[in-house]
Amino acid sequence: MLKALQLEPEKCTGCLQCEMACSYENEGVFNPSKSRIKVFNFHDEGRFAPYTCSQCSEAWCLHACPVEAIVINPMTGAKDVLEDVCVGCKVCTIACPFGTVNYNADSGKVIKCDLCGGDPACATACPTGAITYVDAEHTGLARMKAHASQTIPKN
Amino acid sequence: MAWTGQILRVNLTAGTCVAEPLNREWAALYLGQRGLATKYLAAEIDPKIDALSPANKLIMATGPLTGTMASTGGRYSVITKSPLTGAIACSNSGGFIGNEIKMAGWDMIIFEGKSPKPVYLYLENEKAELHDASHLWGKSAWDTDHHLHNEYQDPLLRIACVGRSAEQGCLYAGVINDLHRAAGRSGVGTVMASKNLKAVAVRGTKGVGNVRDMKAFMQATNAAKAVLSGNPVTGEGLPKLGTQVLMNVINEVGAMPTRNMREVQFEGSNRISAEAMLVPRESDGKPNLVTNAACFGCTIACGRISTIDPKHYTIVNRPQYMGANGGLEYEAAWALGSDTGVDDLDALTFANFICNEDGFDPISFGSTVAAAMELYEIGAITLATTGGIEMKFGSAEALTKAAELVAKGEGFGRDLGLGSKRLCEKYGHPDLSMTVKGQEFPAYDPRGIQGMGLAYATSNRGACHLRGYTVSSEILGVPVKTDPLTTDGKPELVKAFQDATAAVDSSGLCVFTTFAWTLEDIAPQVDAACVGGWTPEKMLEMGERIWNLERKFNIDAGLTAADDTLPKRLLKDAAKTGPAKGKVNELHKMLPHYYEIRGWTADGVPTPDTLNRLSV
Amino acid sequence: MKHVVIGAGPSGVVAAETLRKLDASASVTIVGDEPEAPYSRMALPYFLVKQIPEEGTHLRKGANHFAQQRIDIVQDRVTAVDRAAKSLTLASGGKMAYDKLLIATGSRPVAPPIPGMDLPGIFSCWTLADGRAIAQRAKPGAKVLLMGAGFIGCIILEALAQSGADLTVVEMEDRMVPRMMNDTAGNMIKAWCQSHGVHVHTSTRVTGIAKGSAHPFKVDLSTGQQLDADLIVSATGVRPNVEFLDGAGLEVQQGIFINRHMQTNDPDIYAAGDVAQGRDFSTGESSVQAIQPTATEHGQLAARNMAGHTGAVHRGSVNMNVLDTLGLISSSFGLWMGKPGGDSAELVNRERYRYLNLQFDGDTLVGATSLGMTQHVGVIRGLIQTRTRLGKWKDKLLEDPTRLMEAYLASTQAVGFNAALLK
Repeated sequence: MLKALQLEPEKCTGCLQCEMACSYENEGVFNPSKSRIKVFNFHDEGRFAPYTCSQCSEAWCLHACPVEAIVINPMTGAKDVLEDVCVGCKVCTIACPFGTVNYNADSGKVIKCDLCGGDPACATACPTGAITYVDAEHTGLARMKAHASQTIPKN
Repeated sequence: MAWTGQILRVNLTAGTCVAEPLNREWAALYLGQRGLATKYLAAEIDPKIDALSPANKLIMATGPLTGTMASTGGRYSVITKSPLTGAIACSNSGGFIGNEIKMAGWDMIIFEGKSPKPVYLYLENEKAELHDASHLWGKSAWDTDHHLHNEYQDPLLRIACVGRSAEQGCLYAGVINDLHRAAGRSGVGTVMASKNLKAVAVRGTKGVGNVRDMKAFMQATNAAKAVLSGNPVTGEGLPKLGTQVLMNVINEVGAMPTRNMREVQFEGSNRISAEAMLVPRESDGKPNLVTNAACFGCTIACGRISTIDPKHYTIVNRPQYMGANGGLEYEAAWALGSDTGVDDLDALTFANFICNEDGFDPISFGSTVAAAMELYEIGAITLATTGGIEMKFGSAEALTKAAELVAKGEGFGRDLGLGSKRLCEKYGHPDLSMTVKGQEFPAYDPRGIQGMGLAYATSNRGACHLRGYTVSSEILGVPVKTDPLTTDGKPELVKAFQDATAAVDSSGLCVFTTFAWTLEDIAPQVDAACVGGWTPEKMLEMGERIWNLERKFNIDAGLTAADDTLPKRLLKDAAKTGPAKGKVNELHKMLPHYYEIRGWTADGVPTPDTLNRLSV
Repeated sequence: MKHVVIGAGPSGVVAAETLRKLDASASVTIVGDEPEAPYSRMALPYFLVKQIPEEGTHLRKGANHFAQQRIDIVQDRVTAVDRAAKSLTLASGGKMAYDKLLIATGSRPVAPPIPGMDLPGIFSCWTLADGRAIAQRAKPGAKVLLMGAGFIGCIILEALAQSGADLTVVEMEDRMVPRMMNDTAGNMIKAWCQSHGVHVHTSTRVTGIAKGSAHPFKVDLSTGQQLDADLIVSATGVRPNVEFLDGAGLEVQQGIFINRHMQTNDPDIYAAGDVAQGRDFSTGESSVQAIQPTATEHGQLAARNMAGHTGAVHRGSVNMNVLDTLGLISSSFGLWMGKPGGDSAELVNRERYRYLNLQFDGDTLVGATSLGMTQHVGVIRGLIQTRTRLGKWKDKLLEDPTRLMEAYLASTQAVGFNAALLK
């Protein structure tokens, strides 16, 4: 069964361990600015929201890519960016309606969550259980998926 | 390694920003942050200078673990000569600015001179620019933060700045970062403002990667994180209740300074405690506490995020205070509450918001208000002095009005901004100032916790709980329980805590981890990150080195053993209630032995042998 | 069932693949008139600067991709469509029958009517062949004149400047990227390009090109100025490839007019991509959107309808663009110029080249423009296309548009007890 990242903002304290873990896993340095997962701070509301790609089945990024640089990983179901194929045209960054594909000016390529190939570092690093890697059928995830699918009707 | 190897020197007089290599020899001796920056400051300024003159320097320093995955690894410190105490100042803050400075590629920033006009520093990786800040001068820290974020259109820009209190010369103004984290004590913000430096805005996208042994580092930090989560204080107490977890504990042991330290227990403590912050209020059914929040990389998350009762008089028609914001930590709740006799949780929260909004230390502020209340009670100041404020113990209105006046440096707020020592001297009652070396006390009465008396008297930055927190041992039993009412063994205990804390403060980690961690947990993390073979013993020795360096700075600045004392009230007036009833602080029983084990003369001066032994 | 797709660009290829997925037994053929494997024009600038090899421009990377998918690729040009006979006439002389036809022939550059435009050595950057020719001539220091600073012009500009050429841009309108950026943003891009050593002439036309002596070309501008050029690249606009439909009786306006099933006025003929005049999400009107996401969206939808999935109704595509002009990244979405009576929020920092402009209709976001924003820009599309009611977050955005991501999350992703608080 495919697994997915379950994000529970109500448990997040905003410590950014996930961002450091993600950037370390993918870039070899602690660098939140290169993280594929981001924690958003709702200051006036006193809330934090971790947020990353839900690996949506619509795969807007993949379809928008002009050079087939985004592919589905058969093991994880993740939409992976093939860095050596990506030309950095950024069309996927505007096509993804969730805003979870970002341009990395240093590499000239785009970056997005690839579930670390099946062992997401963010989930391991999260000290409060706000990020977990669970069976895709898990109820909490169904809630998120339901949301994701209603976000933009797939014509 | 783990250091970036680069420091930024900003000459505000000349308007230049120059990179220079980190002094590696010093880094090997002083690690980073508090220790290393103190070394730079001591080497570069004459300790006798006027703290508010251009000759003073102000250093913002990270530690080697700042910006790493080590839990709490986001700390930075502001080091300068204090205008409040005339001694060394080193104020530590969390939030998200320390890591950002590090990720921009800098170990520390040294500000020197004085800008001819208000400026702010914009730092984006190697790009360092001074910009005109005329449009920010006269703005609160919150407005400054908002303005810079909008100007750069970057929500992730991290900002440290001073509020209006600092501009107006309040002697205990801090440097506020991320809206409500603060390098709060000893007036480091006052120094920053005296240099016409309004803000430091940082964006670092280079990351921190040069860890000596990454595998060992991840192992060490993971093991240490497990210790934090498994410990009842750092794993449960602090996340749930924050440092406010201490309010009821300290009140029960009779060490809760109350009404300008006349008493040691506060009858209203349960109305301003951590538990009180969780009780839903009548007006909107919500509790004061919205959530706990973490600083960068912190797996404890003790920070309080609060709202004020929407019906409370302080915020009617003032939407800027209606949202969630930095709530009461124990020290603020005590100083604003117990020490002034005010038990109105919302008034305290409001006063705390104001302290954040305009950047001044709630401990010093609360204690100064407490002193003013006592002066008012005995008739030494009157309504004419206060501008019509009835400065009565227990008056929430007096407290919140005072906060707003200090924030803007208006009216009686100018007197209050001088701090308790100068205020009490000005109005003829110096003994009513509850200070050491001119800095106000924190929330532990040394009559009920004897070791803290020695810790306060000998603290290098004046009265302070964060220079040697023997409360840990004397009350909480960490790492071993000692009797708070005896002086036996306290000099050794104080020295050990002072040295260990100096080491932690130089690493980039938060001292609150030491509720659970000892140097045995910390040294392996530092060692995996840095060259130099950092054992617990070496860390402790470094702590002692730092302590002596700070001491030497203070002595060179003109301080003497006569400054290692406590207010008469704590030495002569016995505690009236609680377990410490009948006790005064017996500092005289501890101080000589403390000097001795420090390797200092009977006058409290480090001997040449001691300085040589420690390579100071 | 025999599906024929005319055009081997992104729209045609996505359509063919979708048809194959939906109908394993159908015959699927792509007719394309260029010699190379199907490639992406979007990728040409990167080929131009040698960031990628020619294969890097290919739409599909597997050598046998189309064979494996059982998609026939025929290199030929369709010269006429006989709707009655359901047959195509091919340039090579043959005929090809179809049951369902998709026209995805894209567009091609138009040369402005200027004396000298027919001189050899003037290129558009449209085909791989153009790309090769330009790459060969755009040497470091070569004087290159780029005509047109529209979206395509700016994409080429990036590549030309990177090649080290001495670059001059001439644009008729008063700013750069005039059909994607408002006055403020378009002029900020101009200032950026100038600060990076590109000579930019706006509100200027090329009035004539002649052979030069020291350099191959002498160019006259409407300002009276005369420039030397070693290479001229024209990017002054494109026109849909519809000429082969003359007399076929299909309704053509700006492009081939299609309904919300991507059908032309002939129910067996569909159109998609740059050649099609489809529904614009923001206006509800039909227009040509010559952009990659719309091309693939069209291709997919057309295929589903061709395969009989007539429930697939086109809700309209959001017009959007992202551009990298010498490192300054800009994007625009939907009704970036705003809607009459709608509120807007704007933050301008000319010194830092940061710009953010949000346009609302009531409390929904309908358009946006940004400069210097690379993170989470996609949520702008998300908010526009879902017509999300922003409620109180609209007011917060009016006050501080940089809180876009918070507004997005609060309005769309709020879960658990956050939902009540954030909405």
